[in-house]
Amino acid sequence: MNAVTENRDPAKTTVARSDAALLPPVDVIEDATGITLYADMPGVAKDRVQVRIDGDQLAIEGEIALTLAQGVEPTHAEVPRSRYHRAFTLSKELDGDKVSAEMNQGVLRLRIPKADHAQPRRVQVQVS
Amino acid sequence: MYRTLFPRDLFAEFDRLQREVSTVFDTTPGIRGLGRGGYPALNVGTSPTSVEVYAFAPGLDPTTIEVGLDRGVLTLTGERKRSLPAPDAKTALHLEERFSGRFRRVVSLPDDIDPDAVNARYTDGVLQVSVKRREAVQPRRITVQ
Repeated sequence: MNAVTENRDPAKTTVARSDAALLPPVDVIEDATGITLYADMPGVAKDRVQVRIDGDQLAIEGEIALTLAQGVEPTHAEVPRSRYHRAFTLSKELDGDKVSAEMNQGVLRLRIPKADHAQPRRVQVQVS
Repeated sequence: MYRTLFPRDLFAEFDRLQREVSTVFDTTPGIRGLGRGGYPALNVGTSPTSVEVYAFAPGLDPTTIEVGLDRGVLTLTGERKRSLPAPDAKTALHLEERFSGRFRRVVSLPDDIDPDAVNARYTDGVLQVSVKRREAVQPRRITVQ
């Protein structure tokens, strides 16, 4: 089972449909000590990205800020909105207090370490 | 072959479907195909003095992006290397949605652009190509005698 599960329950999602946002594509990799999440959020500056953790809920949000020259009318838009939002449910072995985030050229990188008690250890198999 | 920039966004998918259907039935599609989807996603804006192309291409080294302009056709090419480690016994890849590989996108520009006045900037993962339009064709007010 995924240690990070995506929140797809509409009742739990705080974003209303009228407030629809872009869903950033993500890569999630788990290793022995934690989880690394990469999210593509082009157009979002470092100070416009928000990572919120509320209990076991992880939400990533970002606001696209493009400098539009004067008098420019949009004629073709494949990115029709200016906000990104995606939410995940963290499983309990992950330590939400120690999440670190960095933003580099529109790519958000999150590192969520596993809690100390959940670090890997070898379990001896008893042979009866 | 290609991945959409925002996968599993149902509303965006319906939107795209509707647009593609209307492109197919209402007008003739461009010679280069439907021209939507793929990486990077493009937004285009025009003003009387310039054409602005925004390519949403996160996580690239700006020196590896090639921007070409040939006979009114703007081409963006490059490669996004796969940044993920090769999976081994200790790592597990749970989701892999981000694009990796070579990309190429083509935009047909209006006839009045000035091929010598192009500049490209890469900020926060967005490549902005700005092409000036020639003075002569900019709207002017003509005094009635």
